[in-house]
Amino acid sequence: MTLGPVLVLAALLFSMGVYGVLARRNAVTVLLAVELMLNAVNINLVAFQSALQSPQGLGQIFAIFVITVAAAEVGIGLAIVLLIFRNRRSANLDDFATMKG
Amino acid sequence: MELLDNGTVLSLITFLPLVGALVVGLIPRAQEEAYKWAALITALVVGVLSIVVAFVFDYGDSAKFQFGTDLSWIESIGSNFHIGVDGISLPMLVLSAVITILAIIYSWDHWEEPRNPKAFLILMLLLETGMNGTFVALDLILFFIFFELVLLPMYFMIGIWGDKTPRTIAMFNLTTETRLYASIKFFLFTLFGSAFMLLSFLGLYFNSGDAGARTFDIPKLIEMAPHLSALPIAGWLFAGMFLGFAVKVPMWPFHTWLPDAHTAAPTVGSVLLAAILLKLGSYGFIRIALPILPEQAMQWAPTIAILAVIGIIYGSLACLAQTDMKRLIAFSSVGHMGFVMLGISTMTEAGINAAIIGMVAHGVITGMLFFVAGSMHHRYHTRDMARLGGNATLMPKMGFILGFIAMASLGLPGLAGFWGEFMALLGAFRPAAGLPVGLFQTAMVIGAVGTVLTAGYLLWMLQKVNLGEPKDEWAGHEFHDVDRFEMAAWVPLLLATVAIGVYPRLVLGSTNGAVKELVSTILENLA
Amino acid sequence: MTNLFLALASEGEKAVEFGSGGQLQEWAWLILVAPFVAYVLILAYGKKLKYEGGEIAVGMMAFVFGYGLLLWVDTIRNHTVFEKSIEIGRVGNGMVFEWGWVVDGLSSMMYFVVGTVGLLVFTYALGYMKGERRNTFFYASFSLFAGAMLVLVASANLAQLIVGWELVGVASYLLIGHYWEDKANSSAGMKAFFTNKVADVGLIVGALALSVSVGSFRIKDILEVATTNGDSLNAPYFGSTVAVAGALLLFFGAMGKSAQFPLHIWLPDAMAGPTPVSALMHAATMVTAGIYLMARMFPLYQEMATAARPIMIAVGAATLFLTGLIALVQDDIKKVLAYSTVSQLGYMMVAIAAGGYTAALFHLFTHAFFKALLFLGAGSVIHGVHSNNMSDMGGLRKYMPRTFWTFIIGSGALAGIIPLAGFFSKDEILGTLDYEGYTAVLWIAIAGAFVTAFYMTRAVALTFFGSYKGHGHPHESEGLMTVPLMILAGFSVVAGAVNMAGFKFGETIVLRYTGFTEWLATRDFSPLGDHHPEALEWGLALYGTAAAVGGIAIGWMLFSKDAETQEARDRLTIPVLYPILRAKYYLDDVALGLVGVIKGPAARFVDWTNTYIFDTIVNSFGFAAGWLGKVVYNVADQGIIDGIFNGSAGVASVAGGWLRKIQTGKIQQYAGALVIGAVALVVGFVIFNSN
Repeated sequence: MTLGPVLVLAALLFSMGVYGVLARRNAVTVLLAVELMLNAVNINLVAFQSALQSPQGLGQIFAIFVITVAAAEVGIGLAIVLLIFRNRRSANLDDFATMKG
Repeated sequence: MELLDNGTVLSLITFLPLVGALVVGLIPRAQEEAYKWAALITALVVGVLSIVVAFVFDYGDSAKFQFGTDLSWIESIGSNFHIGVDGISLPMLVLSAVITILAIIYSWDHWEEPRNPKAFLILMLLLETGMNGTFVALDLILFFIFFELVLLPMYFMIGIWGDKTPRTIAMFNLTTETRLYASIKFFLFTLFGSAFMLLSFLGLYFNSGDAGARTFDIPKLIEMAPHLSALPIAGWLFAGMFLGFAVKVPMWPFHTWLPDAHTAAPTVGSVLLAAILLKLGSYGFIRIALPILPEQAMQWAPTIAILAVIGIIYGSLACLAQTDMKRLIAFSSVGHMGFVMLGISTMTEAGINAAIIGMVAHGVITGMLFFVAGSMHHRYHTRDMARLGGNATLMPKMGFILGFIAMASLGLPGLAGFWGEFMALLGAFRPAAGLPVGLFQTAMVIGAVGTVLTAGYLLWMLQKVNLGEPKDEWAGHEFHDVDRFEMAAWVPLLLATVAIGVYPRLVLGSTNGAVKELVSTILENLA
Repeated sequence: MTNLFLALASEGEKAVEFGSGGQLQEWAWLILVAPFVAYVLILAYGKKLKYEGGEIAVGMMAFVFGYGLLLWVDTIRNHTVFEKSIEIGRVGNGMVFEWGWVVDGLSSMMYFVVGTVGLLVFTYALGYMKGERRNTFFYASFSLFAGAMLVLVASANLAQLIVGWELVGVASYLLIGHYWEDKANSSAGMKAFFTNKVADVGLIVGALALSVSVGSFRIKDILEVATTNGDSLNAPYFGSTVAVAGALLLFFGAMGKSAQFPLHIWLPDAMAGPTPVSALMHAATMVTAGIYLMARMFPLYQEMATAARPIMIAVGAATLFLTGLIALVQDDIKKVLAYSTVSQLGYMMVAIAAGGYTAALFHLFTHAFFKALLFLGAGSVIHGVHSNNMSDMGGLRKYMPRTFWTFIIGSGALAGIIPLAGFFSKDEILGTLDYEGYTAVLWIAIAGAFVTAFYMTRAVALTFFGSYKGHGHPHESEGLMTVPLMILAGFSVVAGAVNMAGFKFGETIVLRYTGFTEWLATRDFSPLGDHHPEALEWGLALYGTAAAVGGIAIGWMLFSKDAETQEARDRLTIPVLYPILRAKYYLDDVALGLVGVIKGPAARFVDWTNTYIFDTIVNSFGFAAGWLGKVVYNVADQGIIDGIFNGSAGVASVAGGWLRKIQTGKIQQYAGALVIGAVALVVGFVIFNSN
């Protein structure tokens, strides 16, 4: 199995994710885009593991870590979005500029 | 005995008040009885320990530092935790410990505005640590720390609990509260002197040996006296110490902080100031300046004697001009300490013994006078002698005590004050060999004339305050005579006045051996 | 190890005893301590007793009298000379402070005088002071007075002597100013105290000079050196030797206590105290102290300090004559007696300065009785008429017969009428002056005798003869007061018998008895070398008696007639002299002026220097420091250092202002920046790592 196509796939996925994060206004969509980016990285990790034959299986282990963290992140992220939505009646990120200096 | 010999007891005497202050600080402000008792018990324990020390002290060998310890402390500069008592410091230590107890008993329900007994007690205990520490310290740095430690509590005592009446500063036309003026003057003036003292201490240190072998240890420095007093800068070193100690004594003309501080201080503050704090200076002369730099001491002795007799006459005359009873008593200290310094300046056994017994007597008597003055102020709310009068009619017991202690203060034979003056004159008749005899004999006569003036102002004070008919403004006032706290605080002092007067050996028995040794060391180091 | 107990109680080396003596002498310290115990007891319990503490005082004096009598008898019979000292402290190796007591002829005589006169006066006081103010305090002070005198008399060393000496002064201050509600009285007490204190300077300096030179406070040691012409007393001091200068300084001290001219000014004012105080003070406890000191130190004056004598004699002669004259113009009966005492003290001082040890003490002895008698008599009169002034008296012999007769006896004794006590003692003084060759002083003394008789006659005439001029009805005093008067009158008659020179008729001498001389010589360093005539010298006796009789006669002529007006009656208005005498030689004015200068301008000046010079210097430092502080703060601190810091802060603030603009709060812009940064990093990485 060659490394090239897999990496292209991962790059595509990541770019979609970046686009989602930067361009979409809906908070939930942004969260989904973040998931895309994370999974693109996972693909990269697994691919490099299999290509480089790292003896301890570091790639897989990292991938599992990322999945776990991503799950937690989504949990907390959704909760936050939900709360914000409840308070503001909006999920539009442009409305949330309270951190403006 | 184990605890005594390894210095534990002396350390306790010094630092227990600090612990007591901490305990008082931890007790909530509302529990007034509790922290009063805590303070009193601390002071009592310290007092009992000091008396235990006095009991087991070896009077046959009173020149030796006993019950001490010499622990490594700040190794990098060769300063040790070196403490101990000898026959010279023992009476002062006991005096300090006992006066503190009496001061706490007296203040039990005599709190001056703004009251706050807790803070006041903490300051008193802090002060005790400083005083006791100074008397046991045998290391210059240690001595200096304790010597300076007393400033702070006293500063706050005067500044917070002091006299709030406005006071105009002559020549500057500024008006400020007496307590503020007095406390700042007291603090800065004494600090000014001690700065020079510290410089001298450092000078001694740097000349005490090669780097690494230098020391602040007083006995070791005394052994080096011939070397140290031969130094080219020895004169400056003595001058620095002289400034530090002379301000504290205070000697004329460095005395002007004293009348203000004494007058402004709360009663207990005045008592402690007069009874103990003034003695730190003269004690320093005896303990440090004289034995470490004997040659310079000899050179300075005539100057000290002249300043001392000027102080005697000056203080007495200034007393005659006072209208404020407390200020009069304050000025009397200038005269009395003049006798102490006259004794020291003679560099003789008689003179230095005179100085110590004079210090003890002045502590007991003037402390007592300030107690009475404070209690009278408490009742009359004035110290203006023109308004007082007939006190002996209004309060017979108070009048009797005031009369008695005034008699003691004027040096009545048979009471404590006499011996210090008498022996100082004795020493001045024949000062140490090498000193100008004519000058000292003249000083002796002037000093004796000073006793007449002393009698003068005290009797005038008695006449104005105690005798005569009470003024009209007091008609209808109900004055309560001496109360039980006052009695409890005063009776020991009155008894001590009689006891030392009748049996001066109480003090001389302790000091004489040590003084003999001290004088012979000085003379040996001179040769 | 010498712990506190051992240090305080090691008795062995500390008690030193000299001479012979048994248990009686060993315990003689009791009479020194008794008055002080009484003092405390009276103050503690006196208020509850009937006489407000007087009982305790009288009981104590009775004990002192009894013990003193025993001591004297024992001394006379066994020629005991005893001295014991207890160490109370020492300085260095040499000077030792001690409490001691001496029992020898001299001190026993004084114990006896203090005991006898004291007991009688105390008893009298029980009656006299009844219903007065503060009696408890009065009796306490009275006991203190007696105790102080006993301490003084008993002292074996000069330090203790000074203690007793000054305690006497304080007790007198308390007693003279007893009625201190009135400022005049407390001022009188202060005057006594100050005058004595001024004299005490002499005593203290002199005592120290002698003691330090000899190396011991013990009188015995000093006299030892004095009688052997020791070198230590020949050392130079104040342009003279220690012996002479020291002796003169001691004499200066004695001038204060024994009221010698011009330091006598306190004594007449001391009459402000209750009459028993005056009696005790004049007879036994205070004014005799100076004479006693001179007598105790007599060997010094006899041997090494003879150079001091002319001055002492001059002072004594001035005292005896000049103050006698003042007595002539006084209206207050107590002041007449006071000046008379001063004058008699002059006699004693002259005698002792001329070398008449026995003569002076003999006069002290007899004088103690008749002067106490006169004062108590005067007190009885004052008690009867409630006034001190003779212009309020007159004709009292009818109302107060006992007082009158005893007063007559006292006056006679004072005037020196044979065979009363005063005659013999005064004659002894005249004899000494004659023998020692002080002829001029002898004539002054005889003139003084004339003056004495004169003023006493005046006092008696104005008080007891003529008609009563006061208010109310005078009455005789109660028994508590008259019995002591009668006993003292008895002593005034017979006291001369202890030392009669004897009357020489041809070859036979009758009535010669010189016991007193021997008793007084029972001490260390006798014989004392004073002169004792073989018998009474008729010539001198004649002059003396003639002077006395002349004085009485002239006094009687001038004052016995009951003139109509006071002015003509009670004053002898000699021009020039009279105003001077009334003004008491202006000495009071001089003294008050001096005190005024010290208390006023001098004290104010010193206080002024304190406030305006010393304080100003200190304050100037303070203000200068404050000013410097301001300068440093404003220029250096605020201007330069703060400038630097403030500058950097300003930069930060401006930069912050700019930077805050990019913080939009829009999370996607942040994320975009993040991505741009990451891309930039990657690009950079690729470019720089390409080669």
